[in-house]
Amino acid sequence: MLILTCPYCGVEADETELQAGGEAHIKRETVGSSDEDFEDYLFARQNPKGIHFERWRHVYGCGKWFHVARCTNTLEVFGTYSAQTTEPPQDIRDKISGKRPGWSWGIFS
Amino acid sequence: MSTRLATGGRLLNRDRALRFTFNGKQMKGFEGDTLASALLAEDQMLMGRSFKYHRPRGIVASGAEEPNGLVNLGKGGAFEPNARVTTTELFEGLTAESQNHWPSLDYDIGVVNNYAARFLPAGFYYKTFMAPRPAWKHVFEPFIRKSAGLGKAPKDRDADTYEHFYAFTDLLIIGGGIAGLQAAKAAGEAGVKVLLLEQTSHLGGRAPVDGVEIDGALAEDWIAATQAALREMDNVTIRTRCMGAGIYDHGYVLGYERLADHAPRNDGPRHRLWRIRAKQIITATGAIERPLSFAGNDIPGVLLASAVRDYVVNYATSPGDRTVVVTNNDDAYRTAITLKEAGLDVPAIIDARPEGGGALATRAAELGIRIENGKGIAKVKGGKRVEGVALCAQAGEGAVLEEIACDAVAMSGGWSPVVHLWSHCGGKLIWDEANAHFRPDAEKAPTSHDGLPFVSVIGIANGEIDTASCLEDADSTAKSLAKALGGKPRRSSTPQAGGSDEVPMLAVWKMPQGASRKLRAKMWLDFQNDVKVSDVMLAAQEGFESVEHTKRYTTLGMATDQGKLSNINGLAVLSDALNQPIPQTGTTTFRPPYQPISMGAIAGEARADLFQPIRKTPMHDWHDAHGAYWEPVGHWRRPYCFQKPGESVEDAVAREVKATRDSLGLLDASTLGKILVKGRDAGKFLDMLYTNMMSTLKPGKCRYGLMCTENGFLTDDGVVARLDEDTWLCHTTTGGADRIHGHMEEWLQTEWWDWQVYTANVTEQYAQIGVVGPNARKVLEKLGGMDLSKEALGFMEWADGKIGEFDARVFRISFSGELSYEIAVPAAQGLAFWEALIEAGEEFGVTPYGTEALHIMRAEKGFIMIGDETDGTVIPQDLGLHWAISKKKEDYLGKRAQERSHMTDPNRWKLVGLETLDGSVLPDGAYAVSNDLSRGQNSAEYANGAEAPINENDQIVMIGRVTSTYHSPTLGKGIAMGLVEHGPDRMGEELDFPKTDGSVVKARIVNPVFYDPKGEKQNV
Repeated sequence: MLILTCPYCGVEADETELQAGGEAHIKRETVGSSDEDFEDYLFARQNPKGIHFERWRHVYGCGKWFHVARCTNTLEVFGTYSAQTTEPPQDIRDKISGKRPGWSWGIFS
Repeated sequence: MSTRLATGGRLLNRDRALRFTFNGKQMKGFEGDTLASALLAEDQMLMGRSFKYHRPRGIVASGAEEPNGLVNLGKGGAFEPNARVTTTELFEGLTAESQNHWPSLDYDIGVVNNYAARFLPAGFYYKTFMAPRPAWKHVFEPFIRKSAGLGKAPKDRDADTYEHFYAFTDLLIIGGGIAGLQAAKAAGEAGVKVLLLEQTSHLGGRAPVDGVEIDGALAEDWIAATQAALREMDNVTIRTRCMGAGIYDHGYVLGYERLADHAPRNDGPRHRLWRIRAKQIITATGAIERPLSFAGNDIPGVLLASAVRDYVVNYATSPGDRTVVVTNNDDAYRTAITLKEAGLDVPAIIDARPEGGGALATRAAELGIRIENGKGIAKVKGGKRVEGVALCAQAGEGAVLEEIACDAVAMSGGWSPVVHLWSHCGGKLIWDEANAHFRPDAEKAPTSHDGLPFVSVIGIANGEIDTASCLEDADSTAKSLAKALGGKPRRSSTPQAGGSDEVPMLAVWKMPQGASRKLRAKMWLDFQNDVKVSDVMLAAQEGFESVEHTKRYTTLGMATDQGKLSNINGLAVLSDALNQPIPQTGTTTFRPPYQPISMGAIAGEARADLFQPIRKTPMHDWHDAHGAYWEPVGHWRRPYCFQKPGESVEDAVAREVKATRDSLGLLDASTLGKILVKGRDAGKFLDMLYTNMMSTLKPGKCRYGLMCTENGFLTDDGVVARLDEDTWLCHTTTGGADRIHGHMEEWLQTEWWDWQVYTANVTEQYAQIGVVGPNARKVLEKLGGMDLSKEALGFMEWADGKIGEFDARVFRISFSGELSYEIAVPAAQGLAFWEALIEAGEEFGVTPYGTEALHIMRAEKGFIMIGDETDGTVIPQDLGLHWAISKKKEDYLGKRAQERSHMTDPNRWKLVGLETLDGSVLPDGAYAVSNDLSRGQNSAEYANGAEAPINENDQIVMIGRVTSTYHSPTLGKGIAMGLVEHGPDRMGEELDFPKTDGSVVKARIVNPVFYDPKGEKQNV
């Protein structure tokens, strides 16, 4: 059972306080997008054994959505950050690079 | 025979005798006994029958790894199946019954399976229970059900209570043997917070039984001294009878404490589930001895050598008068020496190693015990009890050299570290060739949130076989962890233990190594599930090369002991058959819990009234006092109907519908979701959320709206009222309030975070009452207050004001088709307002109605219900709701999805009304069957000889299904709604709906609005 720190209220929350929201940084496709792009947006998800960026909500706490950078294999958490961004913040990317040189995830590295 | 010895028994209190019964027979034991030792003392070696062949089964082990000694324990509300006799402490009045036999333990009919064993090899079930299909229902399934499961399921409600307990610690130590104690001492002295769990009732583990000496004293004395020292430390907590059940992510651990199993009582919980967060964890879980695979190793009287020693030393119980010891290592010599010193006979030690043992062997020889090196057991003689063993050369094929009479066999195949907890959260293992076991690979430890290891293993669980290195490992590991946790370890020296002078063990996976097929078929690996060496070899031969596949094919290690004894032996045999090294075969996955834990402990306090909080409206108690027949709706309870004395549910529903349509009904609609959406961009936001336009709604007006998921499917509906320039009130379904509020927040926080919108779920702030029927206005006018005339408050309008003394927000909306006001008042005024309406409505025959009348009236009007007409695959267009889908909007959630080819397919099933020709009620969920035989390859008879086309999947072609179906009291016949292929274009056509009883109902496609199609009644 994971422990994640909510970047809004600062609480170190048990997984039972949180709601998982799947992959982070997905760009919304809508009217005007191709069938392929729309299908990817709705259904195609990464399932890495390693670095992953996820959405979580502090649902039984402050109610805020936030993002998590973690390793699905070792369970290491590289950091949590605001959901109100389109890409992982540089400090978290640097932290990952320090531990896992040459990492990449989707369009980020 | 097994018996109680006159002296000894370090765990016994001979001053306190305890009475118990086994299969109805009165027996006697002592305080400190386990049920296993007490039964052995009463010469009850036979404990039960094996799962598949019903072979007689006796005790093999003395602890958690015991596969055979399972009993039904207790009676009535305290009944528990599959209780392990070796971990059940004896108490006064205990009652136990053996399992898996009929008619009796001694004479069991099912044993015929044993004689048919050669026809019941691995995979027998898979190979046999195939075709023909009908045989499944009438022959195979009843047979499998009858033979499945060992114990009986409890019939009564569990009379005991259980609880959860939360704990936080710096260092958690699992296992209270000498390694765990030394670690607790070292860490405790360093000042960090320590919690130590020990699954048995006593600390110290095996050391006292093994005759270990520490710092020049007996282990027993060292343990007592260490325990006393730990008791003085405020930062150290010790819990016995508390098992570390599982290790999970980021230092989460489940502990399972058995508070009252050893002393049943009525004044406290029986089990306690510890939910622990530890910064660091040490597992000091010891090791489990392995059986040897020789023919007849399952006959009662064959025990693990360590177990024999435990019974003699701890419980003064001898499993036999004449015990043959068979081993591949030095440790088992301790058993021979112990037996001899207790005055029992050891006819021989059979050592598979050609060169024999070390110092312990010399000692045994000095005691006059015959030692046969390089030998093995060809076969154990006996049926329900060992009668003797046949000696052979280990290197040979099993030619008998000599028969030795004995009534017990003590076997040892070496020791396997208990690596379960280490493995639960990702710790990896390495194969230790010298000791022929898997042990933790310290380089590949489970890691925590910081990417660093959080589990360490010490002692024999870490593969440290001798006492001195166990203690050294424990001391240094605890000190370095304590330091990392901020403690200050003392510079104390490690306790010293005499180094033992042992000769290495020899891996022996079959005895003798060249055993014939006949012998292999009698070599048991898994005693409980009846898996033999020959079964694993057959699985390998049939291509089950992965250890996980072999496990499932043979059921090796799938019994309640989860293969604690059988796994290593099984995978060694598999490796041998596949001609590959053991590490290449690997192990099956270790999953928590380490030992079964009770369902009660998992549930904790969450049972009966505390299972789930129930949400109640302000009028809940009034309903309860007036005959409410309750229905769960989400976490709410809503009246399904209000029954009058002597009235049936059906009659009550019909009365409520008629009374409402004829005069006046009252509905408690408080559970309806109410979400305030406010802010500069609220209109824009609601335009994205709903399929229709909400930003153009004028203050004072209401509009019905539909919400879809991004996948296009209809997810919720309700009436939206615009309260002022930047505030909207969104009504949702009862079950949807929290979900839709979450849905709104998700989009606002993660996609449109720059929009200025605030949401608040105010569902419970208001009581909401539907005042419904032709006399609705009259009753409200009677209460006085605001103007509710047609001119002042038209259909789909709302207004704030006073009704009588109540602060009301009145919505003129209708879900029944009648003149209807839905009135929200502050929750605190809800009950008083309800009672005022009941009183004022008396002259109109006011009738409270429940959810079923609500459903019927909405169905009569053709209104859809989320969850009936929708099921997560239905889009608004399927339901003829085009009028509620804006064509002007560029975008809304679900719009792009609804443009996909499958969503615009003209063959999608669409909503229609259905009317049976005979007036009966269609079964809910019934399917309409095509009668167009050109639509399939061939046709099948489905009911009463009628024919229907068959599709490529061998299924009858369906063309529609019933989504809502009721008897309409208003129309006096069955009415239904359903989704039908090209439905709206097929008005008047008749469809066939086969029923489960083989008959067919015919129904005509009609307009779904059965009642007042022009809507004249609601708009008056």
